Amino acid sequence: MFELAQYVVDKDFWPLSGLGVLGVSILLMIAVSVFLMHGFFMPIAGVMTFVERKIAGWTQARIGPNRVGPFGLFVILADGIKLILKEDIIPAAADRPLFKMAPYAVLGGAFMTMVIIPLGPNLIPVDLDLGILVYIAAGSFVTMGIVMSGWSSNNKWSTLGGARSVAQIISYEIPVGMALLPAVILTGSLSFQSMVLAQGWAPWQWTMFHNPGLFIATFVYFVAALAEINRTPFDIPEAESELVSGYNTEYSGMRFGMFFVAEFGNVVVISWITVLVFMGGWHFPGEQALVQNWFGGTWPTLVGALESGKAVQFGLFNLIGHATLMAKTVPLIILIVLLRWTLPRVRIDQLMDISWKYLTPMGMGATVMTAAYMIWPGWGPFPEGAGSGMALPRDMGPMRVWSFLLPVAFMAFCVGHALMASRYPWKPGRPSKIKPAEATS
Amino acid sequence: MTPQDIQARLKTKFGDAIGDLVITPDAAKPTPKYYENFFTISPKVWREAAEYLKFDRELLFDGLMCVTGLDDKVKLTAVYNLYSYIHRHRITVKVEVTRDEPKMPSAQPVWMHADWMEREAYDLLGIVFEGHRDLRRVLLPEDWIGHPLRKDYVEPAEYRGIMTWRENLLGKLPGESYDPKTPIGGNQ
Amino acid sequence: MTTALKTEEITLNMGPQHPSTHGVIRFILKTDGEIIYECVPDVGYLHRSIEKIGEKVEWQSFIPYTDRVDYLASMNSNWAYSLAVERLAGIEVPRRAEFLRVIVGELGRITSHLIGAGALALDIGAATPFTHAIRDREMVNDLFERICGARLTFSFVYPGGVAYDAPPGWIEDVLEFCDYFEPRIEQFNALITYNKIFVKRLAGVAVIDTETAIDYGLVGPNLRASGFRFDLRRDEPYSVYPELDFDVPVGRGEVGVLGDCWDRFKCRVDEMKESLKIVRQACRMLPTDSAHKAKVKKILKPPKGEVYVRSESARGEMGFYLISDGTQNSVRTKIRTGSFSAMGVFPKVARGMMIADLIAVIASLDIVAPEIDR
Repeated sequence: MFELAQYVVDKDFWPLSGLGVLGVSILLMIAVSVFLMHGFFMPIAGVMTFVERKIAGWTQARIGPNRVGPFGLFVILADGIKLILKEDIIPAAADRPLFKMAPYAVLGGAFMTMVIIPLGPNLIPVDLDLGILVYIAAGSFVTMGIVMSGWSSNNKWSTLGGARSVAQIISYEIPVGMALLPAVILTGSLSFQSMVLAQGWAPWQWTMFHNPGLFIATFVYFVAALAEINRTPFDIPEAESELVSGYNTEYSGMRFGMFFVAEFGNVVVISWITVLVFMGGWHFPGEQALVQNWFGGTWPTLVGALESGKAVQFGLFNLIGHATLMAKTVPLIILIVLLRWTLPRVRIDQLMDISWKYLTPMGMGATVMTAAYMIWPGWGPFPEGAGSGMALPRDMGPMRVWSFLLPVAFMAFCVGHALMASRYPWKPGRPSKIKPAEATS
Repeated sequence: MTPQDIQARLKTKFGDAIGDLVITPDAAKPTPKYYENFFTISPKVWREAAEYLKFDRELLFDGLMCVTGLDDKVKLTAVYNLYSYIHRHRITVKVEVTRDEPKMPSAQPVWMHADWMEREAYDLLGIVFEGHRDLRRVLLPEDWIGHPLRKDYVEPAEYRGIMTWRENLLGKLPGESYDPKTPIGGNQ
Repeated sequence: MTTALKTEEITLNMGPQHPSTHGVIRFILKTDGEIIYECVPDVGYLHRSIEKIGEKVEWQSFIPYTDRVDYLASMNSNWAYSLAVERLAGIEVPRRAEFLRVIVGELGRITSHLIGAGALALDIGAATPFTHAIRDREMVNDLFERICGARLTFSFVYPGGVAYDAPPGWIEDVLEFCDYFEPRIEQFNALITYNKIFVKRLAGVAVIDTETAIDYGLVGPNLRASGFRFDLRRDEPYSVYPELDFDVPVGRGEVGVLGDCWDRFKCRVDEMKESLKIVRQACRMLPTDSAHKAKVKKILKPPKGEVYVRSESARGEMGFYLISDGTQNSVRTKIRTGSFSAMGVFPKVARGMMIADLIAVIASLDIVAPEIDR
């Protein structure tokens, strides 16, 4: 930000340059955050609601929203306006300050995580060195918000929902951390951008296929992150049919809308993180060639591109990277939505079992395996053994064929079994085309 | 076993406490199995009779189908429809109590189904089942007064401040000669 | 550490308004937050004194009230009452009417089980099987609308026969529905019945064995799930059921323990398949030469007597105990329903389970509130 401000002052863009570097940088920060928040993150969460309702409709043999606007897209707007216009009801015996603060805590926690995520080669609002730690900590912010809302609603069912949610989120922090740890060890940095830069565009250059431990860690992270954001099959805190919406029962209008938006924003965030950390991020084939041809071999920065007059190529470069990222993220988002509408809910004690008895040991095993892989002579990025110096971005080590093919074969086997050998093997054609056995007369 | 045999068997065990078998007059053309043949049992021996009905080897009435309360302006009756899943026969037994003292032993220790069924009979008709583990109203609120299914039941005019009748609004229409004082609802 | 952790008991009210008590029922739970120590059901929110009304209206006019006793399996409730009145009054029902009754009764059973099983899936958390079930139910609703004009409370089966004859083309559409629906049951099974999470939620929960079930008066799929093969259509047959060929599915303890919630769920899904069989046979055997209702006097005055007739409704045995004294009103109309008896089993079964399991139990016993309160 400061470099850009310096550049603006240097180039004497009237009237901005009169404010000095500090002023311009503050202005830029405000502009960027407003644009990001209202122009990108909020709309993404909003579009996410539409995607969810459409896919829910198609799964359930019905059409989703299709009246409001073209293809029903304006329903996002309509929903938002409706929620804002609703009467703001606060129960008389509720704890008013806590009641009002809770949605902000949840919303803040959800959107705090968005600023450290690289959405393209240079599209990162702030590249913190402690990215992963901040992500995990901001996720815990949400816990606080949920328990505040549950408690302050003065409603036994909401309190139950809040208590369950605390137990759930705290239990699943550990698998989340454990699953991200191997990637951190491998790339040697907690920053998201460095983790992405350490990967490549091809699947065998992804973290996911680097060693079997990381393959397991991908799925551990995905499942644990689902539980972190209270998504079915782990949506016990807001279990509609048990607790009448749990911790957000007493909320109405936009306060309720904030919980909603936070949840959908979180869905997008965990999909992004899965892709960035494990699946190659925004790398696209041919980027080295582009960097060579357009920017002369050095990785572009905003100020550098502006100074050398290559703003258009810079924008295009980032756009392609971002599009690749979204292309990889959207299937994950659709998967999360499909999971919600297909699977039933697990019970709270079964949920704890999954976290403590299955996911945590798996995460630990993945960490140990990655660490062993790293220091084993001849395998990891340290062919001469550990301690031979690290420089970022790092080479992930020579590709091991089996390390890539084994997980791929495993995934193919799982898909094949699900389709062919389970109790109800898949038959092509719509169900009504499948003739039943001859009816007994 | 036919109803006659069942009644005879109980009569040998309990003697005069068992009434005669009454066969529903032949109005319908059902098979004899579905005649509603019933006999009365005196409330004094009802508890022992219930256990006998359930546990005797020939009878083995393990399924209590239905407990109905009756009121025919003179006395109250509890009707027990019994069915045996093992022998596949059925019988109906009536236990009559007076209106002044509608107490009779409960069959709840014998058949757990009688738990809720007798509560309903108590709730709607006022038959008090002694020995029931938890006899309280089931369908009506706990502080309701009266037993609605009795023939001489008069609905209270209000319940907890809510009126159970309302005045006839037809009388308020212009040109109507309807008497506005005739209330709607309540007991007419 | 020798001091035990002091936990407090809270009294929770799973109140009259709740998305997953099927209707307006209230449960007073004493729990420590998750485990239930005591569960006391409190019913009566839907009491409409139908039995008292039965003493005031005429015999045939009571049919719409029987609709509302169990609105999900409305045809079967009508049929149970009509059977009782016919036995009292000695009315003989023509054969075409009997077969039409079987067709609509079994279709009604299918709709009721679709909602029952779908609602159980919905309460466990899977929203999609419920919507698929509702979608298939729409087909049956359309069929019913064509024959009697209503979609939920039909008042179609009257003492003496059925109210209207089948319109032309109706039987062919019923057969087409059967062909359409049979693979959908398999699709339903593939989606939810053997789903690992679903099984883990339901297996071994609220095991009710045969002895307990009979003692507490449970009937219908609740009783059959404990392994006891008893079905009124086969063991005390009425109407033309002796001529029809069908199986009676029982619980087998396939996953978990015999008599648990999953068995009750599976029993209902299997019963839908059997009902399709029955509907197909009845459609094929439908006679064309008899009337669709018998000639019944407008003012029906059955002779003095009483009768208790039970028939197999979707929720088990629905029994009507009618007493007539020769006039046009009944002296006593008593309705015995399966859901009322199922409420009695809650205090015994719900001790020691978690709240989530209680939801599963309520849904698996397929309780509808109007049946309890009448």
